[in-house]
Amino acid sequence: MANDDIWILGIAMTKFGKHTDKDIVDLGAEAAMAALSDGGVNMGDIGVLAAGNLMAAGAGFGQQLQKQIGQTGIPVYNVANACATGATALRTAIMAVKSGEVRMGLAVGAEKLAGAGLLGGGGQSKKDGNKWEPRGRYGAVAPTDGRIGTDTMPGTFAQVGMEYGHKYGEVSFETFARISEKNHSHSTLNPLAAYQKKFTLEEIMGDMMIAYPNTRPMCSANCDGAAAAVVTTGEVLRTLSKEQQRRAVKVAASVLTTDPYQEACQILPDVNTLTRNAARQAYEAAGVSPSDLDLVELHDCFATAELVHYDNLMLCPEGGAVDFFESGASWRDGSTPVNVSGGLQSKGHPIAATGIANIWEVCHHLRGEAGPRQIADAKVGLAHVIGLGSACGIHILERSSL
Amino acid sequence: MSATTSSRIPIVSYLALEPSPHLVANQCAACGARFFDRRNACAKCFATEFVPVDVETEGVLTSFTIVAFAAPGVPVPFVAGIIKCGQTSVRANVINCDPTPDAVKLGMKVRLATYSLGVDDDGVEAVGFGFEPAQ
Repeated sequence: MANDDIWILGIAMTKFGKHTDKDIVDLGAEAAMAALSDGGVNMGDIGVLAAGNLMAAGAGFGQQLQKQIGQTGIPVYNVANACATGATALRTAIMAVKSGEVRMGLAVGAEKLAGAGLLGGGGQSKKDGNKWEPRGRYGAVAPTDGRIGTDTMPGTFAQVGMEYGHKYGEVSFETFARISEKNHSHSTLNPLAAYQKKFTLEEIMGDMMIAYPNTRPMCSANCDGAAAAVVTTGEVLRTLSKEQQRRAVKVAASVLTTDPYQEACQILPDVNTLTRNAARQAYEAAGVSPSDLDLVELHDCFATAELVHYDNLMLCPEGGAVDFFESGASWRDGSTPVNVSGGLQSKGHPIAATGIANIWEVCHHLRGEAGPRQIADAKVGLAHVIGLGSACGIHILERSSL
Repeated sequence: MSATTSSRIPIVSYLALEPSPHLVANQCAACGARFFDRRNACAKCFATEFVPVDVETEGVLTSFTIVAFAAPGVPVPFVAGIIKCGQTSVRANVINCDPTPDAVKLGMKVRLATYSLGVDDDGVEAVGFGFEPAQ
């Protein structure tokens, strides 16, 4: 029997950063066991495992993880969905619980990315035997990255931000840099962030240019990390302790979308339409509006991306992202605090962990456990991720009233 | 085929060199959606017939970035952009233009231009393309 009432019972993340002494399985196990412990359950209670990892997809990460934390013979779904991998793993566990097939599910996302450098770009090296030979879908005789646009992530998302400027009025380099200034400032209160360093606007604008207008501090930080969550139904939750019921967080909406056809999406990935579609579905399912949100963790893989998602998540009127940001709304003391964790630019972006770590951040506030960075009396929050290609995961979470 | 055409090869198959350089898209015969690679069915309407169409060689720059840091072997800086040619968006570099925010402007008019990528052992010249300022 289907059960629409879904709760996060336990959730945890490792510190993000450089973990030279731990591999993906170690990191995943640390997060998984912490999430189980946080929920007051063990592997014997879990009916399904959704295991997210992108860079080593194909290695059977979920089964390796079971050997570390408990082999009970339950089904494993190994999940890879670009930067939306974590959110997709969580949604996989949620769907299994929601269908009534299992009482509890565990979702884990883990990644080793410290020192990975630039993502995207490159391609085949020049011709064999010194002869031009057409290759691939486009019959290319030479690498196209750098000759026909750019394949790099910083360059792709720079164009996403600049496109917004063309559509709604030019956005200055300084405005994009100020978004990064905000997130780095927020990170100083998050002990699990990879970087907790405040940057001045001058430092951000004067740092190494990667792809105009994104300088190095305006790019997400490649790092290692893991996050995990235990999900269950309201029916099961009501049989557990009062403490478990109080700390559980309600999943008011869980949505995953891909990019529908748009003319230009064949040329530049369209990260807008699928986010807007996911947001619309999520607000409707949760019965909340953007103005009800006490905090938002959105996919600021680059400063240029954060700006467009203010608009895509409808935190502002269409075309009003610059005014929204310049009003101070997205700072931690603003009307809609965005990325109080420090975001991907400073907390870090271990790809598969990101989509669960964002949810951990929101849960932390809804439970009133966020310490010095607590958003006072937080009741409703939204977590958003984008995987290029594209996939968008949005979860709306609500504080327990049990 | 003349000796001239057989000794040149475009960087990608959707760049036509004759009679003058232009891009060619596969257009859905049913809804008009355009693609630069082959499709089994139209991503917009699922129809399965396509016809080749010439894309306008002039357009407007609707987005760009100046890439200063790229994969090994890719010369930097360069300007990557999106050009709207009529109703068709095209991905290309902006060339024959300083790679600086002062020189590259959103909304600027640009036109297709080609350049040589070099000659191979058989004497075949590969031809690349970009878009250059039209004024």
